[in-house]
This record gives sequence, C-alpha cells and structure tokens, in this order.
Amino acid sequence: MLVNQFLIVAALLFAMGTYGLLVRRNTVMILLSVELMLNAVNINLVAFEAYLRTSEAIGQVFSLFVITIAAAEVGIGLAIVLMIFRNRQSANVDEYNLMKF
Amino acid sequence: MTFADWLSDPVNWVYLAIGAAVVASAFRVVTSQNVVHAALFLVATLAGTAALFLMMSAEFVAWTLVLVYIGAVIVLFLFGIMITRAPLNVEPGLDNPKARPLAAVVSLGLFVLLAYTSLQAFGSDQLTDVGTPTDTVTLAESLIVRFVLPFEIVGFVLLAALVGGITIARRDLTPVEEEERGAV
Repeated sequence: MLVNQFLIVAALLFAMGTYGLLVRRNTVMILLSVELMLNAVNINLVAFEAYLRTSEAIGQVFSLFVITIAAAEVGIGLAIVLMIFRNRQSANVDEYNLMKF
Repeated sequence: MTFADWLSDPVNWVYLAIGAAVVASAFRVVTSQNVVHAALFLVATLAGTAALFLMMSAEFVAWTLVLVYIGAVIVLFLFGIMITRAPLNVEPGLDNPKARPLAAVVSLGLFVLLAYTSLQAFGSDQLTDVGTPTDTVTLAESLIVRFVLPFEIVGFVLLAALVGGITIARRDLTPVEEEERGAV
C-alpha cells in the first residue's frame, strides 16, 4: 500500500470539511464540518506513522491527542450554541449580529 | 509502479471500497439538507476512517475513534440538533447559497494543493511493515514516558472543558428564583 493513497483520502476529507465550513449557516453543521477536518488530520498522522514507524509510535500518540481535544471542542461548542439558541431562538451564524460594529 | 500493479494487490481493492464509502459519506455530510442525516453520515465517515486506521496497523487508535467519536461525540451532536430545533426533515436555508461558488473554489484549490504536494513528496513510497499492528504497550509507554506532560495538560484541558461546558450551558436564574433559593 502506498502512503499517498491515504494522504489523498485525507486531502479530500479536509477539502470537503472546508467546503462545509464556508457554506453552512447552522452552527451545529459547522461543528460537523470541523470534525471532518480534524478527522482528515488524524488520517494523515496515522499514515505518516505507518510510513516512518517510529519506535515510540509518535504519530498515533498525536492522533490520540487530537481526538481528545476534538471531544472537548465539541462539548464547549455545543454548550455555546445552546446558550446562544436560548437567548436568540436561532442557530444560524448569520443571525448572530450582537457583536457586529 | 503502474496502476495495474497497484490494482493487482487485493488489499488495495479493500482500500478502494472503504475509501469510496468514506468520501461519499463525507460528501453527504456537507451537502445533505437534513441535519439528522448529516450527523448520521458522519458516523459512516468515522467508521470508514476507523477501518482505514486498521489497514494502517493502528488498532488502538481505530477503536478509540469508534468509542469516542461514534459512541460519544455523535450522541452529543444529535443532542445538540434535537435541542436547537428538531426539524427532523428537509430544512431549507441550512446553507448559504451565495457562498457556494467561493467555497467550491477554495476547497477545490485546497485539495489540488494538498494532493499535488503529497504526490510530489512521496511518489510511490510504500507503507512499512503492513500487517504488524502497533501494540498498545508501545503506545502506553510513549504516552506516559515521553509525552507525559502533554498527557497531563490534555487531562487538565478536559477538566476545564467539563467545568466550562456546565457553566456556559447552565441557565441563569431569574431574580425571583434566586430569592426563592436563598430563602430555602
């Protein structure tokens, strides 16, 4: 198996995550796209580990860190979305204009 | 190495099937007009990613992905979807149509850049030792010997996220309620 075949899948996932990030209006959908991008990064880390085979499995350890931080990010992100939804009855980012100058 | 050589390895057929499933469901995640479907397609993407991890001999990471993402994060997402609107059907105005051309150009450019650089850098380099999985002992030793400080910091970040999440999502009490609580 080539390294590149996994890197290309990761690049596709990352590009689609960017597309979703730019095109979505619903905040929960934007968080879903961010998850896609983080997932693409994980594929890259694991692929490089499978290519270089470091003695300490550094790539896999880093992908575990990414998974942990992503879980924390989702928790905080959804808490913020819930609070804003309670105050403004909307989950669309283009309607969050309270801090607009 | 030609494409025919590449195809002659049966492992690559498995890769093609899984990769196609991952990419197709990821495409549905960002294009589906139904919020619940988008979250469920993310499950398919993550399951396919876990399968790719298994192919890259990263067993522990694969099962962690299944447990943490499919088991916990997706549940959180569905919870968030239900609590913010619960449409459960096709939702008009989920996308911003004006942003579509720009977003398509940006993401296509990003893909071309990433794919070009990795093709240039790695050519036809093969994965090493396919089939010998990284054992969990190696991962654990690395995690609590060399990376012990990041490990502790990540633990602290999780604690902070827990406390922060509760504080942010908690409803502020009205003055009347606060008085009642003070009286009890």
